[in-house]
Amino acid sequence: MKNKHKLVSYAKWGYIFITPFFLVYIIFSLIPLLSTFYYSFFDYYQQGLDWIGPNFVGFGNYVKLFDINSTLNNGSLKILTYTKNTMIMWVLGAVPQFIFSLLLAVIFTSERLRIKGQRFFKTVIYMPNLIMAASFAMLFFALFSNVGPVNQVISSITGEEFKYDYLASTNAARLLVATINFLMWFGNTTILLMAGIMGIDQSLFEAAAIDGANSWQVFFKVTIPLLMPIMVYVAITSLIGGLQMFDVPQILTNGGAPAGDCETLIIWLNGYIGGSKNYGIAGAMSVLVFFITGILSLIVYKVLNSDSDKPKKKRG
Amino acid sequence: MGTTHISTGESKSSRVQTNTARVFSYIFLVFVTILSLFPIFLLIINSTRSNAQLSNGFSLLPSTYFGSNFQKAMGNGGLLRAMGNSLLIAAASSIFSVYFSAMTAYGIHVYDFKLKKFAFTFIMVIMMIPTQISAVGFVDLVFKFKLNNTYWPLIIPSIAAPAVFFYMKQYIESALPMEVIEAARVDGSNEFRTFNTIALPMIFPAMAVQLIFAFTSSWNNFFTPALIISKAERRTVPIVISTLRSAVASGGASKDLGYLYMVVMLAIVPVVIVYILVSKHIVGGVALGAVKG
Repeated sequence: MKNKHKLVSYAKWGYIFITPFFLVYIIFSLIPLLSTFYYSFFDYYQQGLDWIGPNFVGFGNYVKLFDINSTLNNGSLKILTYTKNTMIMWVLGAVPQFIFSLLLAVIFTSERLRIKGQRFFKTVIYMPNLIMAASFAMLFFALFSNVGPVNQVISSITGEEFKYDYLASTNAARLLVATINFLMWFGNTTILLMAGIMGIDQSLFEAAAIDGANSWQVFFKVTIPLLMPIMVYVAITSLIGGLQMFDVPQILTNGGAPAGDCETLIIWLNGYIGGSKNYGIAGAMSVLVFFITGILSLIVYKVLNSDSDKPKKKRG
Repeated sequence: MGTTHISTGESKSSRVQTNTARVFSYIFLVFVTILSLFPIFLLIINSTRSNAQLSNGFSLLPSTYFGSNFQKAMGNGGLLRAMGNSLLIAAASSIFSVYFSAMTAYGIHVYDFKLKKFAFTFIMVIMMIPTQISAVGFVDLVFKFKLNNTYWPLIIPSIAAPAVFFYMKQYIESALPMEVIEAARVDGSNEFRTFNTIALPMIFPAMAVQLIFAFTSSWNNFFTPALIISKAERRTVPIVISTLRSAVASGGASKDLGYLYMVVMLAIVPVVIVYILVSKHIVGGVALGAVKG
């Protein structure tokens, strides 16, 4: 049906239809991205009401970020501290999230269990994902405040007044941040993994069953290896999201308390963009976050992909 | 799905095993259901209790102070105005996001042009770049053009939403046959009219799902608005929550807990209600959008 004349005459419409998207992307995302990288090589900040710069300083901003004695580090490398904080809170939330999601995905897709009420359960577990992270954090702040419902329940069970200040403890505060992230994301992960499992050729499960494999063997020898590509995708997107962690720790701990132990990379960056308005330093931080994200994603990819090649070949 | 049940000849012991597994599965499902619903349940209950009741002890029963808490939350008009601002921004940006992403996906799917492949690959690559990375340049741009304290920088950029584009592209591939477009051409319809009056109605289910997602992500967005909005009357809901949080920390705010729960409730519950109404489409939509073939 297609003739060449038609294809040529309609080509311009392709460009017309994609123009708004690309125009807006270039103005509001690409130029800002490039200028962020550009400013990272300049002294460019607000002092009082005046703007200083941009004056070219080469790698000066990067040197400041890695100079332990510079004014912004003051004795400890902030970038390491905040990367560590961010990663600890991500891992604390992501590990239970993957375990729960994998278990739920297997339960939902199991031909043997044939779970009823699936739509209800899926609807419920996905719901926290749509809730405003800031509100979720505020809710947890109220529930876990030293006079909040959690301490009230403990008090009434033990009979003694219990006034533990969760947000003053590093471990408890980090755990609460991780819990909120876990609650917000496990439903989403479940649905992605389910889609992955349903994409697996059903005959492989049947073949395994005929060969006498039990449920555990099927799970570890068939499901997991074939699900690897989706799991890699889920892990990397979760990591990228985790490194952008901002709303929850910002609101819950009011900017990273106690003692900055819940302060994440983006809270730190935010302070330099919105607070002290030092675009040079903030630019250098953004570039570093960009590379940290890239490197960690690559590590996750390598780790998860290392032993997943063999079973795939069998599919032929 | 379509599986032949090899279980017809299953032994008694394996049937017992299956039943045990089923019982544990349901217990686990009930557990995660409680986990997901309990915080919201507690929020709603607590928003009906007075400050005195909340400080005195814990209760799972609602009380009668919903009205007075509501009045306090609406009191100075700050929250109501913020909700209006958020509604305006979220409605405008979700419509822009869905319409122009559909347009882009349609353009790349329907037409053959030299840069088609490049355009698609480009969008796939930028999908993975988080917005926070370019925040410095974005804020600089916004202030240079004196767009701070306006809603334009929160609305216009949503025209370029890579994830929405990807979802629409997937959907168009499966739901919009080229024959329909060619038939419209034969009937003399121009390209824009074909897109607006023939293609869009056919991909409406996908647009509805993405409209909800785009709306909630704009409604919930905190990072960008907080950087460019400083005027009190322009605040969005998350900024109000954040301001309230810092006020509590500095001891400045009234420590009325009923008020606090009510504010959080009003920020969350509209989204929850919309979600419950359309959840059937959403849960199915998540998987379609995120997993490639």
